Order: sequence, then C-alpha cells, then structure tokens
Amino acid sequence: MTEAESPLVGADSTPDATLAASDMVLETVGLTKRFGAVVVLRGVDLHLRRGEVLGLVGDNGAGKSTLVKILCGFQAPDTGQIYIDGKEVSFRSVADARRFGIETVYQDLALVPQLTVAQNLFLNRELTVFGKLGWLSAGRMRRLAKSYLEDIKVEIPDINAEAESLSGGQRQAIAVARATRQNAKILLLDEPLAAMGARESALIVDLVKDLSRNHGVSMIVIDHNYTHLFELCDRLNVIQQGHIAFDQQVKDTSVEELTKLMVSEYHRELAEGQRLLKE
Amino acid sequence: MTKIVARATDSDSNRRETPTPKESGSRVYLLVQWATQQRELTVVLVTLSVIIYFGIANSAFYTTANIITICQYLASFAVIGFGEVLILSLGEIDLSAGAVYLSSPWFMYFFWHNGMPIGWAIVASMACCAVIGMINGLITVWLNVSSLIVTLAVNYALFGIVLIGSNDIQVDMPGQTGLFSIIFGVGAWSTTLWAAAIMLTIWALLKRTRFGLHITATGGNLLAAAESGIRVRRVKVWCFIIISCASGLIGILDAIRIGTVNPGSSGLDTVLPGIVAAVVGGTALTGGRGTIFGAALGAIFLGVLEDGFNLIGVNANWFYLAEGVMILVAMIANTQLGDLARRIRR
Repeated sequence: MTEAESPLVGADSTPDATLAASDMVLETVGLTKRFGAVVVLRGVDLHLRRGEVLGLVGDNGAGKSTLVKILCGFQAPDTGQIYIDGKEVSFRSVADARRFGIETVYQDLALVPQLTVAQNLFLNRELTVFGKLGWLSAGRMRRLAKSYLEDIKVEIPDINAEAESLSGGQRQAIAVARATRQNAKILLLDEPLAAMGARESALIVDLVKDLSRNHGVSMIVIDHNYTHLFELCDRLNVIQQGHIAFDQQVKDTSVEELTKLMVSEYHRELAEGQRLLKE
Repeated sequence: MTKIVARATDSDSNRRETPTPKESGSRVYLLVQWATQQRELTVVLVTLSVIIYFGIANSAFYTTANIITICQYLASFAVIGFGEVLILSLGEIDLSAGAVYLSSPWFMYFFWHNGMPIGWAIVASMACCAVIGMINGLITVWLNVSSLIVTLAVNYALFGIVLIGSNDIQVDMPGQTGLFSIIFGVGAWSTTLWAAAIMLTIWALLKRTRFGLHITATGGNLLAAAESGIRVRRVKVWCFIIISCASGLIGILDAIRIGTVNPGSSGLDTVLPGIVAAVVGGTALTGGRGTIFGAALGAIFLGVLEDGFNLIGVNANWFYLAEGVMILVAMIANTQLGDLARRIRR
C-alpha cells in the first residue's frame, strides 16, 4: 500500500518561481570531454530546477549527445562536476545514474511489446506474495497501475492490453510513467514527440506539463523540432562548440530567434571550413 | 470445447445470411474478436477434428488401451515441448533436449551399475542433466555462440558419450519391480501424470511468477529487460537448466517403462517433435510469446496423428508425408488466424 501512497518523488513540492538553492535538482560545472584530439565539451555549466522542463538544442557534433550520455551515466566526463540536489555525484554506470533519480526514456526501447501495461509499469519491480518464491500478485499490480495512471492523468483504455497494441503516444506515456513510478526525478526525453499525430502529441505534452507542475519531476528534452520544444519546455539551452551558448526562458524567445542563432552558427562553421581549406 | 465449435459455426451461418457484414451486428464481430484472442483455439479445433476423424475411421481409437498408448507416446515430446516453450520464449532454441532425454537413463544406469542405490542414481543423473543445461546456457550467454549451434553440438557430444560409455550395447534398465516401478514409469498412467505435473509446474513458473515474467521480457525485448535491471543472462541459463532437467526426468521414466535403452537412438528425432508441439501450440519462434497449454495441445495433436495413422493402417511409406502435410496445415491455420486477429484488433 505504501507503493500507492507515495509513488511520486517530490509530489509534495509546489512549483515556485523563486530561485531557492534547494530548488536546483541538477547542476553541472565545467564539464569537459575529449575524444582523442577532438574536444567535444569545453566546460558545460548546465542547471535544472525542480519541476522544470529544459530543452536542449544543438547541431550534430555540437556536443549535445555527449552531454546527454554523461548525464545518464553512459560516459564519464574528463573534468567537471555534477551536483544533484546540491551534492556532488559521479556516475559509473547508467544504473548508478538511475539510483540518483536520473533516467532516460526511450520511446520504443523501453517497453516489452508482449507484456501488458501493468506488467510493463512494474517490470523488474513486481509485487509478489510468498517472498522468495516470486509468486506475482497480479491483481494488486493491476489496481496500483490503474490508480497511478489515473494520478498522472494518462488514459489507457485497458490496463491488460499488451504494449504492442498501444499507439506510439500511449507507449511513450507508459515509458515515462514507469520511470516516474520507479522514483525518477529527472527524466531525459529523446525526441518525445517524434512521429506522432496531433492527438498523440497532446497526450505527451499534457503528461509532461502535469508531471513537472504537479509532481515536481524535472525533464531535459532533446529535440531537433523547435515547435515541439516550444510546446514542451519552460527554458531552452543551445549547445554550440561544446558549451551552452544560449539560455533563455521559452516565453522570452521565439522560433525565429533560435533559427537565426543556428543559421549564423552554420555560416560561422562554413567560413571556418573555407578558411581551413585555404590554408 | 464443443460449445466453441457450435458458436463458431453459428457465426459463420450468420455471416452468410446477412448480405452486408457491417449490418450483421457487433455480436459476430465480438465473437470473432474473442475467438481470435484465444491463442490456443486453432490447435484445439485442429486436434478435435483429427480425433473425431480417427474415431470414426477406427472404433479401436477410443479404447482405454489406445488412449494409454497415445499418452505414453506423447509424454516425452510434451515435456520436451514445455521446456522448449520457455526456451523459445527467450528467443533461443534447445536442440539437445532430445539427447538429454536419451542419455539421462544411461547416466542413471552407469551410477546404478557402479553401486549407487537406484533413487540416488536418478538424483545423480538429474544433476548431470542440470550441468548439461548449464553448459548450454553458459556457452550461449557468455561466449555469445548461437544456442542453435551450441545445443546441436551438445546433442552430438551426448550421443557420442552414450556410445562410448555403452560400447554400443543395449542394456536392461533397473527398477522394474514394486511400487517404485509403478510410480516411476511402469504404471499405465505414470508418465502421463508426471508430464501433467511438469506441465502445471512450468505453466505456473511462466505465467504466475516473477521469473516467468522476466522470461517473457527477456525474449520480448532484450534491451528493455536488461535496462530495467533484469539479469537476462541468468534467466537464460536457468531456462536451459530447467529444460534439461525436465527432459532428463521424462527420459528416465520412459526408459524404466520400456525396460531397455538403446544407445543408437537419435536425439534430434526426439527433440524436433517437442519443438513442433510448442510451435504448433502457438509459441513464437522469435521469442516473447509462449503457451504451455498450447504445447500440450500440440503434443496431443502429434500423438493422435501418429497413433491414428497407425490404427487406420496408413502405408508406412505414406506415413511421414501425411504427418508432414498435417503439421503444415495446422501451422498455416495458426498463423493465418494470428494475422486475422491482429487485423481485427487494429
């Protein structure tokens, strides 16, 4: 029953505009990473508040995916620190990062198509009776899964439906729900609205807003699609040449400004390339 | 069972009478939808029709003696089939189960021959089977060799071990007398009851426990399972151990029932019907989907087929052709119904 009562991390926290230090869930200071002669990250200072949705933009090779890999524990930075809730941490593995509440949600990799919604939600965290024997208490898991999904307002017609029979949006929602149910407080979402229709997108946008505002879950969204980012995020960071070149609230910027920024970077790179060619 | 048939034909006639299928109402639709969700339905229908056919063709088919014959015959590949359901659910395959089935009575015989009491000889033989399963599993998951090849190699190796150990001479099995023999194979229903017990155990394991759920998860989406922290390699190794122990146990029982063991039997001829039983029953070769009761039905289908052809006196030359065609028919019916089910659910 305790499972049902406190399924959400930070459910008690209320969204607050003031910048209290305790509100900072994730902070990186001077992250660097190089692969041989190629410097990919040259000092990334990123911060993320509780219940905030941060969009991460950057061209291929700007260092975006390396940053994400470091944050989810897949790679270690060469130098720099990562702070979670103000405490310095270092991840040695993806599982390590998950223990600190950081989890990456993949749209199609996350679920087992042949298992039901409830079974997927409880994957490897199954509730059992008779302890060691591992006899599943399927009814309890179904009830809890149902009430949890109602809690975060995800509508799934049938909790016993196999994941395979769900739409892409529903699958994404279940994957997110599983992460938060298993106590993730920082979600890394990779193109969460890719290949989705309007209704599907609305489902995910609503879920992201609800989780961040009402349940204090923080999220980092990686996406190439500005429309999606403006729909989902509170704040945007642009990564260029291995550091954060732009940091603005979504309400203070526009798709045009972002596009201009990216185009000028493209021209700068082009000029740089031509200069190198001449030499 | 008969109810299902009656309702299915009812819906057929319904559809024929009404010119527009859309107007024939949601009842037919719901019925078809329900029917297509029953994964074991096709093999139930196919098996029933085969049973009915042989019953009409030969009155000896329904006698108790014949039913016992069928059950004794099918117990071996039913049990191997149950094990294969676990292995196929993982997306792997075990071709050595037949060789384990054939060699476990030899292990038992060797232990007994060297002075071990018969009960302990059985236990020791089962331990050997567990080790064989573990070897299959460990090579598959740690050395990254396809389980098809690993278990095929182990199949041949076991065949060789039995030939070497026995000097290619047939022997009589111990334990032919008393209550022991009645429980362990000689009793008319002994192997059948053992097979039923193994069926229920493996079914509960697959469908009612965490371990079973992790089998499905591992076979359904290896990456997601591993990501969620399931120790997928350990799950796989355990499944190889389980199928080996189950096959070895039924092998010992069958050997005691028959009374002699012959070192020249082919393991593949024993394991393949088991795999066919599992797959005809509705277990996917690609992993993630397994049904134990389906495998039982598949085994009954194969047993009835073999026995029925013998009873009605099909020419021996025609026997394998007929069996092959029937397996194909059952399998095609199965996949076609599966496709239909998917289209309806969309």
